[in-house]
Amino acid sequence: MKLRRANRIVWLLAMILGCLLLAGCNREESVPWRLTNVTGHMPDLDFSLVDDHGKPVSGQDYRGKVVVLYFGYTHCPDVCPLTLAQLHVVMQRLGPLADGARILFVSVDPARDTPEVMHAYVNAFDPRAVGLSGAPREIEALSKRYRSAFTREPDKGDGQYEVSHSSAIYVFDRDGKARLLATPGNPQDDLVHDLHLLLSPGASS
Amino acid sequence: MMRRPRGARALSLLIAGMLLAGGAHATEAEHIRASQPWLRVLPGDLPAGAYVTLENTGDQPASLHGASSATYASVMLHKSTTEGGMGRMTSVDNLVIPAHGKAQLSPGGYHLMLMKAAATVKPGDQVKLTLIFGDGSKLDADFLARPANATDVDASADHAH
Repeated sequence: MKLRRANRIVWLLAMILGCLLLAGCNREESVPWRLTNVTGHMPDLDFSLVDDHGKPVSGQDYRGKVVVLYFGYTHCPDVCPLTLAQLHVVMQRLGPLADGARILFVSVDPARDTPEVMHAYVNAFDPRAVGLSGAPREIEALSKRYRSAFTREPDKGDGQYEVSHSSAIYVFDRDGKARLLATPGNPQDDLVHDLHLLLSPGASS
Repeated sequence: MMRRPRGARALSLLIAGMLLAGGAHATEAEHIRASQPWLRVLPGDLPAGAYVTLENTGDQPASLHGASSATYASVMLHKSTTEGGMGRMTSVDNLVIPAHGKAQLSPGGYHLMLMKAAATVKPGDQVKLTLIFGDGSKLDADFLARPANATDVDASADHAH
């Protein structure tokens, strides 16, 4: 009789454990991200750079905002403006919620991208965009932190050069946790959808 | 009696051949229609991207070789790629426009990179670019200067106005 009772308890415990596991799984699935979920796979937002007003800033300064991070440079005539123009449309589509977000455009060409140049540049796209520049090694550190890459291409003889760079867009939540990764291949709707989830009141952060 | 019609047919074939040959001598530019030309204005003296759809109404393929402009000292035909997650730009010598086909210069793909503006270009301005084709023939088109944050969707909206 005693053995039977012990068996019953084991079964009960197993069932409780099973329920908990299922609940755990369900909670994961209850946030239907459309972009690549990188939660727990990338470090928190952290850097030591200079904003487009010339003020030294760190990742901590953007806690409380959902951050959309993108690497590029102002002498890039095609892909960078296209990405920033698309991010502007995303912000517009988010309506008032967009005030809780910041687009951080990090220059991979600090030699030419001074705070003044960056200020005029980012404001031509969106009022919620911030241009970050700074010491080359700080930019390299940030790029490496998120496994991004950039390479300065050879001069074309007239002092003009291009910089090849990762095209990924990183999304951080209000606590600076890396949450999502977007590529130019992701439809704009996916960014709007996921940012809406992160920005909505009571969003899981 | 049987020879005459045959001779007349040969003559008409000869004339047709000459006409065709004459047609082949038409320049590439004569068969190209440029639609929705626009460029993206960036602040300061930053390089701008220019975009256009080229339609070839001819029976022969044509190719865009480059462009020139009185407004920009340097114009280059480029292509953007994002292979392996890396964004790159490469120079393009010739962009083929197939016979009775189209070639598109659009954001994120083929574009003309405009550098060293002689004067400030503002959104709303029309900037003349001279497109240069493989056989050296030329075609002028007025490119509409649009704000930095313009997108493709807006371009079709502009067009609809």
